[in-house]
Amino acid sequence: MKIKYLLEKEFKQFFRNAFIPKMVIIYPLLVMLVIPLITNLDIKNLDICIVDKDNSSSSRKLIQKIDASNYFVLDKVVHKYSEALEEIENGNIDAILEIESDFEKHMTNGTNANIQISANAVDGLKGGLGSSYLASIINEFSGDSLASVSIQHKYNPLLDYKRFMIPALIVILLILLCGLLPALNIVNEKEVGTIEQLNVSPISKLQLILAKLIPYWIMGLVILSICIIIVWLVYSFVPAGSLFTIYLVSILFILIMSGFGILISNISSSMQQALFVVFFFMMIFMLISGLFTPFNSMPQWARIFSSCLPPRYFIEIMRDVYLKGSGIIDLYPKFLILTGFVILINFWAILTYRKQE
Amino acid sequence: MEIVNTYNLVKKYGETYALDGLNLSINKGELFGLIGADGAGKTTVFRILTSLILPDSGDAKILNLDIKEDYKEIRKNIGYMPGKFSLYLDLSVYENLKFFASVFGISIEENMDIIYPIYKHLEKFKDRKAGKLSGGMKQKLALSCALIHKPKILFLDEPTTGVDPVSRKEFWEMLKMLKSQGITIIVSTPYMDEANMCDRIALMRKGKLMSINSPKNIIKDFDEVLYEIKSDNMYQLLNDIREFKKTKRAYTFGVSHHLILEKDSKDEILEYLKTRNHKNIFINRVEPNIEDCYLQIESLYE
Repeated sequence: MKIKYLLEKEFKQFFRNAFIPKMVIIYPLLVMLVIPLITNLDIKNLDICIVDKDNSSSSRKLIQKIDASNYFVLDKVVHKYSEALEEIENGNIDAILEIESDFEKHMTNGTNANIQISANAVDGLKGGLGSSYLASIINEFSGDSLASVSIQHKYNPLLDYKRFMIPALIVILLILLCGLLPALNIVNEKEVGTIEQLNVSPISKLQLILAKLIPYWIMGLVILSICIIIVWLVYSFVPAGSLFTIYLVSILFILIMSGFGILISNISSSMQQALFVVFFFMMIFMLISGLFTPFNSMPQWARIFSSCLPPRYFIEIMRDVYLKGSGIIDLYPKFLILTGFVILINFWAILTYRKQE
Repeated sequence: MEIVNTYNLVKKYGETYALDGLNLSINKGELFGLIGADGAGKTTVFRILTSLILPDSGDAKILNLDIKEDYKEIRKNIGYMPGKFSLYLDLSVYENLKFFASVFGISIEENMDIIYPIYKHLEKFKDRKAGKLSGGMKQKLALSCALIHKPKILFLDEPTTGVDPVSRKEFWEMLKMLKSQGITIIVSTPYMDEANMCDRIALMRKGKLMSINSPKNIIKDFDEVLYEIKSDNMYQLLNDIREFKKTKRAYTFGVSHHLILEKDSKDEILEYLKTRNHKNIFINRVEPNIEDCYLQIESLYE
């Protein structure tokens, strides 16, 4: 079998590269160890300034309560709104809570007390979430919520953003390493000119493509395993579902991405072109596949578009298996769609690969 | 016996014709040269004949196999050394050789006898990375790799471009040796002096064949009187002889200029040059070489 020699050559070149083998190990380590800790949508440590016009025991109690929460750092208590406004304009604080002078009176009478919240909404997410946290603390304090609402977050009880992010990070790693690297590998042979030597040889194009892809398939599975182990050791986060399901869906996804890499290398004649095309799709995959933003909050047209992107299904399956513990039977429609993508993209890649122009 | 035939090959890149109806026939066992300036279409011919690209129109047969239909069979029987040095720089000499042998499903040992005269120069570097070889060594390795499967026809696209004169000479010796083993060799070169080493040459210009013959016959067909001319001010001399009414062609050739005049105007030009203040004028009739022939034939096409 000629493919054995082709593979031997690919592996030799891979391990002889001064950079890539190290990168393959360091990159997932770094991504899995660092990124989940920093990409965090929880709002913590908002700097707040309170304008206490009432200066009563009730208002002081409220201030204490706010100060005691994790979400806010009490920066200052002032008595004039203008002083607080100055602070927010200088960027020292994120929000102002203004307590009117008749606060205690209303509290004891059980009538509506006036409290105003102003938040710096330059960072819209921070401003919005901050003011709603603040509102909920005040509501709790005034005890005017008639029904006590209890919310239970299913599958991610602590609303830990890390648990939402980790499956997505694995997806990004697989896109980069199993899609980008084979594309660059082939384009490199084009640039150096060695591909012509292979093209004039009697090797079939299927053998040629397989020899290019098999190393990256293996690499993808190694990286996946590294990620699963890190996530387990560092974050004590293990998939609620079976590992088998995770590996199965990952294999499908790796096949899609490597086929995608071949497609890109078919249309690119230089590294620059290939890189640009890959990053173009990376952006789309990251922003429209539901990696960071929930699929259901996208506009209708984006949801339709997103349904044409294989990463969307992969991310959903990964999250379902990791968080909900879904099995293949629950997820079979998505598995079927991914299998469809595997066949479509790889056929397309093989058909457009030209040994001859 | 003809081993390569092309019939009206046409290949266009955009609006430019790389090949504009090329007809060639190459005999078995020949050392055949494609001679032409850059852009004459030499590389395109190679890429079509080695089945890397398809012509827009026209046909070609190699070993009686059609380049469009039977390219798979053709690929087993040809060796190709592209103009750009293209081996795996991160693999060693031996690994490169082994890889290209395995691609054709053979072992190095099977055909060592063919490549040994070339490979022996490389043997002591066999564990060195191809990227760390000198230019001449790289070229020998590339030739060994193109030969390892014992091709019937060897295509060499400008193999000596960018190689030093000593290595160039050595390289042509190797080609002669390979020819003696019965391998048909088709080589392209922009160096006219190398044309003399070939059995037959094709002079190409703008995708067309101007002439195809043995170097000797091409020189014999040169039907003009060729002079070499020198004076103290060579640059001014070239300008002046080009302005002379009865000059047909004049061009720099090494340390002198070559000059072709209308009949019997040698004395006239000497008089003319004296009026232009040239000193130490030296004019002498010389035998043409391939470059003179190329330029003569080219002038007919302009």
